[in-house]
Amino acid sequence: MSKIDLNQYMNQPDIQPIQVMNEKGEIVNQDLFPDLTDDQLVDLFKKMVWERVLDERSTKLNRQGRLGFYAPTAGEEASEMGTTYAMDKNDFLLPAYRDIPQLIQHGLPMYKAFLWSIGHYMGGQIPEDVQAVPPQIVVASASVQTAGVGLGLKKNGSTNVAYMYTGDGGTSEGDFYEGINFAGVYKVPAVFFVQNNGYAISVPRKHQTAAKSLAQKGVAVGIPGIQVDGMDALAVYTVAKAAREWASQGNGPVVVETLTYRYGPHTLSGDDPRRYRTADQEENWHEKDPLIRFRTYLDHKGLWNEDMEKDWEAQVNKEIDEAIEKAENAPKQTVADFYKLTYSQTPASIQKKIDELEKEEN
Amino acid sequence: MAKLTMIKAINQALDQELKRDKRVLVFGEDVGRNGGVFRATDGLQKENGEDQVFDTPLAESGIIGLAAGLAYQGFRPVPEIQFFGFLYEAMDEVAAQIARQHYRTGGVQNMPVTIRSAFGGGVHTPEMHEDNLEGLVAQIPGLRVVIPSSPYDAKGLLISSIRCDDPVVFLEHMKLYRSMREEVPEQEYTIPLDKADVKREGSDITLVSYGYMVQECLKAADELEQDGISAEVVDLRTVSPIDEDTILESVKKTGKVIVVQEAQDQAGVGGQVSSIIAEKAILSLDAPVARISAPDSVYAFSAAEEDWMPNKADIVKKAKEIVNF
Repeated sequence: MSKIDLNQYMNQPDIQPIQVMNEKGEIVNQDLFPDLTDDQLVDLFKKMVWERVLDERSTKLNRQGRLGFYAPTAGEEASEMGTTYAMDKNDFLLPAYRDIPQLIQHGLPMYKAFLWSIGHYMGGQIPEDVQAVPPQIVVASASVQTAGVGLGLKKNGSTNVAYMYTGDGGTSEGDFYEGINFAGVYKVPAVFFVQNNGYAISVPRKHQTAAKSLAQKGVAVGIPGIQVDGMDALAVYTVAKAAREWASQGNGPVVVETLTYRYGPHTLSGDDPRRYRTADQEENWHEKDPLIRFRTYLDHKGLWNEDMEKDWEAQVNKEIDEAIEKAENAPKQTVADFYKLTYSQTPASIQKKIDELEKEEN
Repeated sequence: MAKLTMIKAINQALDQELKRDKRVLVFGEDVGRNGGVFRATDGLQKENGEDQVFDTPLAESGIIGLAAGLAYQGFRPVPEIQFFGFLYEAMDEVAAQIARQHYRTGGVQNMPVTIRSAFGGGVHTPEMHEDNLEGLVAQIPGLRVVIPSSPYDAKGLLISSIRCDDPVVFLEHMKLYRSMREEVPEQEYTIPLDKADVKREGSDITLVSYGYMVQECLKAADELEQDGISAEVVDLRTVSPIDEDTILESVKKTGKVIVVQEAQDQAGVGGQVSSIIAEKAILSLDAPVARISAPDSVYAFSAAEEDWMPNKADIVKKAKEIVNF
């Protein structure tokens, strides 16, 4: 018989997801209803429809060979647009590869997002007035950088906030922990969004960690961790807004876990979700669709209808048509370009290679 | 001018850069109040404040990621990795993040980060402190890898590295920290990056080297001179990208060359240097390109490192072989 009963040390935080609007579009927590006008509510919903249309079109464009790497986002509209809607234009965004819609909403022109997918350097050229870096491929690598951006904002006396996104699998990475820990030590303005869609490619969330929630990872570094129904745009917005205020006011970083689901595969590069998910499960999550419940809510309030949605979808499709055309007209890349972009101050030995290549071209 | 050790020269360079540009930030494990485990940052926090010089949690990836994030916000970070053997912990942030950012952003985002780190054998350190891992970072496009061989070079090259808008890995050999003194100007000065330096002129054979091995080459050259052999010593200083012109010019003059490194034969940048010479100066050679490096084993247990590391005697012996080829 052990002298110490470890059961008493097994007390994990009992974190419950925050919900404002249920699956039927009914407000179940009026106290947490966000401070948004009717126009803003419609605006937030329109962004979610925009994201769904962008996902459908991106998938088609990928199938047609007009786009390259693409990680589907359908199902995550509340999580992605709800969080983005709480951001200030001058907040700094460190997106992951699935976070293209947030990046576009933060100011990256859509055609550049398409160029990033196609694999063109112009896709990474973030405009000067957009506070962001290109999407991160190495999972959770942005976490430690987010701590750095947060520290930089703090040193510059800014009240803006740094944001990073990762998935449920990303919370197992060492960098995820190091990032939230550094951010906590320096008490920087940063929010770490964990979009928990249940799977990291084929590996279910329960195989990532024995922790009861991902939000509670904040406990390990002494910062708040909060969990929200990621299919409920109103709850996501309320939580994201609270996290932003907390961070912006000098209280340090926050971990926000959104419980969500991706309807599509991990990426369009050959993943087949039917190998690891059941039709029943997918059906169940479709009933929680963030668009359906928000649409129902707005419809009941007389703020939205089918015609409005059709008009809006047509507008979004037009925007996409123009963006893909612009992306396809980008100049062809050359090896000389790649040499030039490798260094800001080109070493003489590399300049020699650039000169040789340019001589060949002429 | 004063005769300074390399550690003092580095300390002076950091202090002057911190004062010149408030965007320069020095941070790492124990670099603040403690002044660094080798005293490289001694007094810098007291002198320049905790905003500019500060300690970090013990996590190398966190440190380099912090540097990347601070660079996005317009700072010029000078993070320290306590010993370069701990690079592995931070390899993603160094190689996949900082080194690629300028390219990845189509030239929009500069990465003015200087990663300082101690390495090198001969001082009986425990495991993973002394490994010569410059070959790993030398293979990464977008990085510069700078290795000074003397106090004078250390100051000028460090100032240039900090002012460079691209990332630099600045490797400081532990045996050079206090083993020699050299005249180092008090005022700020720079030494160009990407440029090798002929440390000693000669006409019979070229010794191409970097880091502590440059000092062994210079000692070997003295000894060879007594036997009537005139050796030219080329110090790479920046081991990536390599200054081909200076090497080729020397080899074309002498017709014979030994590439000398402390790293294992399969590591370092000696293979790259040899290849450049073989490709671009073969008609000037009248002996094969020779190499001196450590055995291809894991770095020696410290009690045996003197037997394991290349030294002056190895260089003298090989030089006589090549001259008489």
